Amino acid sequence: MKTDIILCGVGGQGILSIATVIGEAAMHENLYIKQAEVHGMSQRGGDVQSNLRISSDPISSDLIALGAADVIISMEPMEALRYLPYLSKEGWIITSSKPFVNIPNYPDVETVMADLNKVKNVIILDIEKLAQDNAIPRSANVILLGAAQKALNIEYDKLENAIRRVFGRKGDAVVEANLKALAIGKEAQR
Amino acid sequence: MRKLLLGDEAIAQGALDAGLSGVYAYPGTPSTEITEYIQNSKLAVERNVHRRWCCNEKTAMEAALGMSFMGKRALVCMKHVGLNVCADPFVNSGMTGVNGGLVVLVADDPSMHSSQDEQDSRFYGKFAMIPTLEPSTQQEAYDMMEMAYALSEEVCLPVLMRVTTRMAHSRAVVEVKETPRAENELNYNAQASHWVLLPGNARRRNVTVTGQQADLERRAVESEYNKYVDGPDHKMGIIATGIAYNYLMECYPDGCPYPVLKISQYPMPKELINRMTAECDEVLIAEEGQPFVEDLVRGVMPGNAVIKGRLTGELPRTGELSPDAIKRALGIEVCEGYASCDDVAPRPPALCQGCGHRDVYTALNEVLKDYPNARVFGDIGCYTLGFMPPFKAIHSCVDMGASITMAKGASDAGQWPAVAIIGDSTFTHSGMTGLLDAINENANITVIISDNLTTGMTGGQDSAGTGKFEDICRGLGLSDEHLKVVVPLPKNMPEITKVMREEIEYRGTSVIIPRRECMQTLQRHLKQKKAQEAKQ
Repeated sequence: MKTDIILCGVGGQGILSIATVIGEAAMHENLYIKQAEVHGMSQRGGDVQSNLRISSDPISSDLIALGAADVIISMEPMEALRYLPYLSKEGWIITSSKPFVNIPNYPDVETVMADLNKVKNVIILDIEKLAQDNAIPRSANVILLGAAQKALNIEYDKLENAIRRVFGRKGDAVVEANLKALAIGKEAQR
Repeated sequence: MRKLLLGDEAIAQGALDAGLSGVYAYPGTPSTEITEYIQNSKLAVERNVHRRWCCNEKTAMEAALGMSFMGKRALVCMKHVGLNVCADPFVNSGMTGVNGGLVVLVADDPSMHSSQDEQDSRFYGKFAMIPTLEPSTQQEAYDMMEMAYALSEEVCLPVLMRVTTRMAHSRAVVEVKETPRAENELNYNAQASHWVLLPGNARRRNVTVTGQQADLERRAVESEYNKYVDGPDHKMGIIATGIAYNYLMECYPDGCPYPVLKISQYPMPKELINRMTAECDEVLIAEEGQPFVEDLVRGVMPGNAVIKGRLTGELPRTGELSPDAIKRALGIEVCEGYASCDDVAPRPPALCQGCGHRDVYTALNEVLKDYPNARVFGDIGCYTLGFMPPFKAIHSCVDMGASITMAKGASDAGQWPAVAIIGDSTFTHSGMTGLLDAINENANITVIISDNLTTGMTGGQDSAGTGKFEDICRGLGLSDEHLKVVVPLPKNMPEITKVMREEIEYRGTSVIIPRRECMQTLQRHLKQKKAQEAKQ
């Protein structure tokens, strides 16, 4: 088993907490993990990405090769498009639909959606609205994780258990909110 | 015990497990997380390992050398350009040698993700004639720390460990020891003749240290971290150093058909290199950073060998390597993904909404409308982003502290107005001495110390001068009439612009301190306060 994942978004959107849950699940299964992160200046509202690789065999490179990513999980629709050259032709994009506009030349939202829909396997979700409607406003990113579950090739209950371990010390309410978010995301898969 | 650790964290854990007594550092991407990990470590608290931030890399390097002098194990961490700041004590520590183990950890930043150049610290290791390590994996980074301290004490020299951004900021599962080694006892065995670098002593030490080089090279040849794996096809051999080795192996999941020499310990293991050049028709050299090995190999090679690498274009001359760069050099087809999308716009970083630096630049730009020839000398920090629209406010940014000294030089040349803008942490790092130069000549410059009460760009570490800036300026000889403090908020714009205008008009050295907490640390502090209130 090997899954190459690109997590992306805008600095401050919390892509690393998704990575933490996936990493926890993978570590518990004794899988090999490599996760290249972005720290420093780009975190100030710039584009950020993390290469997360999990595999049952040892992993050499910390970086994913062009055309090799199985999944792009993005907190922002245009950011998902930035990494298209890395996405395998059979790969999946799972992205939030809500643009984060902090630059003057942000493209038309219709153009971004049209570009996304050109990709063979894509799931576009209004995670913030889903989170609001279900009274779990702080767990929007975990909805995205739920929607990526099949593409990640990690069993659902293993992600659930990882959530229990990662969020456990923040109390039951936080764990429950995130489990609910994961379930909402799972429903949105196809 | 298995832990999922960043390269930086693996280094920190490795140092703690090797019996570290003190870490000395100034924050700098991508090295910051090493010291932060030690600051948050239970073991470090229990043992009272020194772990406070230092003013700059030079004070850090010297303090670590002092701890080593007393027989204890010390770690100095910095980003690559920090090694320039402490080059004097670093190079001379190769002359004094060490007593307790001393590891100098330098994190290079090829492709300049957060830096102003992509210098390769391995050159410094060679320059100082000390052993240099370059791990390929997080596990090696962890294991090498124990080895580095043992080596340092065995050969009585500091050890340079060089990592790059991808190693520092990439996470992997690391097997760590259950029981940390005890710290060294205090000992007084440091011999004065080594440590007092009077010319007479230094000449003797120079003979000793140069005489040690053959032994250091033998250790590199025999190192478990340098390995030569033969392959069936001798048309080519490949030398891969540090993290480049990973990209190479990524290209050959079932094993490389060519002989491969992995180098993670220097000085250069010439014997292993000579074997490869003798047995292979061509040699490809893949290394993260500048062509350090490649240059040296070309220098020692007899005429007809074919050496390929960054200097011949098979690999890119600059920037970070990647699995794809190695594939291209090896003639392996690069996998086709989706075409890149032309609609994607660049998204550069920007100052946070509500950040005080924004108000400082707004005010400064407003005032400088009346001075079209004004020059603004910037410095290293979040406020360097003042170069970008909408502010476009600075005309230079070179190195830590250069704003004040460059403004002074410009003023000496006849420039007016010459404005320096520097952050609080950068000021105590390397700005204070420059301000003294300016005050001593009453140079016609206006210095803005934009104080956000933290070292912001690296994530909000303590800033050495917090609460002391007015006293520091007065202590350096600045008069109170030209030392002004303002609060950078939109509502205070009339006051701030008035102060700036007056101080620019004053023909001498003045300092304006706009002071308001960083938005990032403010939010963190509010959160902590809320959590505390919830507990009570």
